[in-house]
Amino acid sequence: MREKLRRYLSGLRWSQLFALVATITTFTIVLIFPLYSLFSKAFVDKGGEFVGLGNYITYFQSPALSISVMNTIDISLWSTLFSVVFGFIYAYALTRTRIKAKAFFRYTALIPIFIPTIVHALGLVYLFGKQGIFTRAGLFPFELYGRLGIIISEVIFTFPQAFLMFFVALEFADGRLYEAADAMGIPGWKKLTHVTLPDIKFTVINVFFVCFTLAFTDFGAPKVIGGSFNVLATDIYKQVAGQFNFNMGAVVGTLLLIPALASFTVDRLVNSKNASTINAKATTLIVKPNWKRDSFFFIFCSLITGFFLTLVTALFIGGLSENYPYNLSFTWKNFLFSRSSGGMDAYVNSLEMAGLTALCGTIFVFIYAYLMEKISGFENLRRFGKLLSILPLALPGMVIGISFIFFFNNPSNPLNFIYGTMIILVVSNILHYFSVPYLTASGCLKKLDKEFESVSDSMNIPRWKTFLRVSAPLSLPAILEIFMYFFVNAMVTVSAVVFLYSAKIKIASIAITHMEEAGNFGQAAAMSLLILMMNVLIRLLYEVGIKAIKKHTSAKERHET
Amino acid sequence: MKKSFFAPVVAVMASFVLLGLASCSPATEDENPTTVPDAGEITVYTALEDEIVEEYLAVFNTTYPDIKVNVVRESTGIITAKLLAEKDNPIADVVWGTAASSLLVLDSENMLEPYAPIGVETILPQFKSEKSVPTWVGIDVWETAFIINTVELEKLGLQASDIASYDDLLRPELKGKIVMSNPSSSGTGLLTVSGLLQLKGKGTEAGWDYLGALHENIDQYVHSGSKPAKMAGAGETVVGVSFGYAGIKQIRDGLPVVVVFPAEGSGWDLEANALMKKDSINPAAQTFLDWAISSEAMSLYQNNYPMLANGQGGKYDGFDSDPVDQLIDNDLSWVALNRDSILDTWTEKFDGKSAPQ
Repeated sequence: MREKLRRYLSGLRWSQLFALVATITTFTIVLIFPLYSLFSKAFVDKGGEFVGLGNYITYFQSPALSISVMNTIDISLWSTLFSVVFGFIYAYALTRTRIKAKAFFRYTALIPIFIPTIVHALGLVYLFGKQGIFTRAGLFPFELYGRLGIIISEVIFTFPQAFLMFFVALEFADGRLYEAADAMGIPGWKKLTHVTLPDIKFTVINVFFVCFTLAFTDFGAPKVIGGSFNVLATDIYKQVAGQFNFNMGAVVGTLLLIPALASFTVDRLVNSKNASTINAKATTLIVKPNWKRDSFFFIFCSLITGFFLTLVTALFIGGLSENYPYNLSFTWKNFLFSRSSGGMDAYVNSLEMAGLTALCGTIFVFIYAYLMEKISGFENLRRFGKLLSILPLALPGMVIGISFIFFFNNPSNPLNFIYGTMIILVVSNILHYFSVPYLTASGCLKKLDKEFESVSDSMNIPRWKTFLRVSAPLSLPAILEIFMYFFVNAMVTVSAVVFLYSAKIKIASIAITHMEEAGNFGQAAAMSLLILMMNVLIRLLYEVGIKAIKKHTSAKERHET
Repeated sequence: MKKSFFAPVVAVMASFVLLGLASCSPATEDENPTTVPDAGEITVYTALEDEIVEEYLAVFNTTYPDIKVNVVRESTGIITAKLLAEKDNPIADVVWGTAASSLLVLDSENMLEPYAPIGVETILPQFKSEKSVPTWVGIDVWETAFIINTVELEKLGLQASDIASYDDLLRPELKGKIVMSNPSSSGTGLLTVSGLLQLKGKGTEAGWDYLGALHENIDQYVHSGSKPAKMAGAGETVVGVSFGYAGIKQIRDGLPVVVVFPAEGSGWDLEANALMKKDSINPAAQTFLDWAISSEAMSLYQNNYPMLANGQGGKYDGFDSDPVDQLIDNDLSWVALNRDSILDTWTEKFDGKSAPQ
């Protein structure tokens, strides 16, 4: 009997270990190897001679460049602060109050991730630029270009991510805690600080780091709207695309990794304490009516939503007028895209790329998160896997693009054949957008009771069956959310794929950049609207899917009871 | 116990995965290296403007209908960075219409294949590489120009005729009303700065003094050569220090701007073509390079640029004098040699200070 058990256990471990190693190996090949090929250049000079930290010393001795470090921290902190606070209040409103039009607010909060970041900036210029609608009406007496513009842009860019993560976290609440608090006569704000916030403290930390890292590494907003305000991302651009100095570019690239490494350390520190999971005995939280609270939250959500809708309206005005601001007569001409950027083919390619990215990315992320969360033992390997999972968040697209060229275009690399194909675009997208879906997936899996695994192990059911039959179906909403996230981002991404698309495969988001570069703001706005509509359509399909699933499960539950 | 077998297992896994992928890697679609010069498929990297590329290629394909040209078009910086990163295994057959300053970098990395296209003798010696078989050949010149939004200018109480020279940019009314491209991220910015330094006297401080005075009027330095022109067109700035074609495009789009070439003369750079060094050279690539300096191609370039590399002037609408007279006596090799120190000084003086408090 003991012998049997031991054999069984050892067999189980091996298959788990195999899956874990295979996954981490794959990730290492697409993340660490390419990064090494770029970042190793940080320690050599242009001629390839080893110089140790020489490049770093040069970088920090140049005052103009080290100012960028301070600037970057400054804008990242401010935008993170706003995003975290706004995202929390917004998510709180949708989960813990009884305001009207929740579904509407949920969709509109996501508007910014449906359009390329370059277009947010374009919209802001239409609204608050020197000729902006608000500026001309005297309602915006500030200088948009520079620090303020970057902060506003980054808040718009990171708000939806903050909101989504908070929303997921707040959606699950143990009603018993609040009932107990009510019974003890604890006032509302104290419930917030003593029940709600402690319950989601990991989410708060995660949101903070996600927003901070995204703002820290974003290049789109500083380029379009940053004026002369230098940040690390524009420094990389100057080094790589202005002075063709890959060594200095690599130096700046490694500096951009610091927040992600810091977040990993903090994550380890806080997670070593016990993480809270949803207890099987939790009851649904019933929110009591409170018109004062509800009207505050309703007004808050309306303001945010109103701002996003104004931004889209500005794009419509830009896209549908002859020559903003000098000739506002109506025209469809901006929808007649020039062919050189790929025209309709680019749009179709984008759909294919986004579809593949979403499909493959979701499967990979979910398996990855499952292995990290649900396997016991192999601590070091899993810790390494977790570290890998957070790194992509810190990589500016340009770093991914250039390092992929170095690695995959090398003729002696057996993977060389994917260079210049759709595969490399899909792989780079999955990598580029890996971290947020990973956090979503692992957050969701953490909430599933570990009992499922123990039970299946004791019943000698292979883990993959448990995974397919129990964990995956239970996590279906999160899976769909991840799918959406990959799809939407792949539709609008520019910074990495701009280096990787080939002459034969052009994509729509690059076409937008070309239009913006060529000064066809109207065309760029028009193309963005098409992408926006596509994304809204996918979102609608998603909602229909979710409804169907819910109906199915509740029908099943009814059937079973 | 765990630790002991981790490392070998990872190594074995890695090699399995690599082997597995390698064995299923198909022999990439038959490249089918055509030996015919007037048929086949070539890949061209270019920094020419989008709409220009489309127009030019249409003409090329009426002459050579059997050559399929696959184009990657990006801004000068991105396309050069991509070419450099692909150094070990070049994808492009041809670089077309890309800054000579970029091609000099590629040439110094020994990435260009010497090739003398048919008709290369018509290109002026200063507009092609100095090697006996040239590694790059210029096609046209692009030059510093002020793009001025007349509607916004009048609001400042000035007329378009008030701004004709570099010195006019120092007028107090224009404080905070000028946008210029950043020389450390934009070729146009670099040619403007290097042009000014030469104009005010190479090796003297006069050029830097002028740039310092100009800095007081600058609203922002942006990371693109054409963006100042576009911002002027959209009224986001009054004066954009950019290049001629970018401004002319704004006029063609019906925006209220005028293009002014500074009276003292414009700094300039060349757009040039080159053949990439690859294991096998596709003859169709050479055909393309031949065409790209043919009279057919030159007559196309003429509509968009002030001067062609064969010495002919362009046909700018509304440009009354000979565009060639406009260009300063530009010492490209001096610029190439001093590029790093110019950028360092510029960054030191102006880029670091640009952070608003």
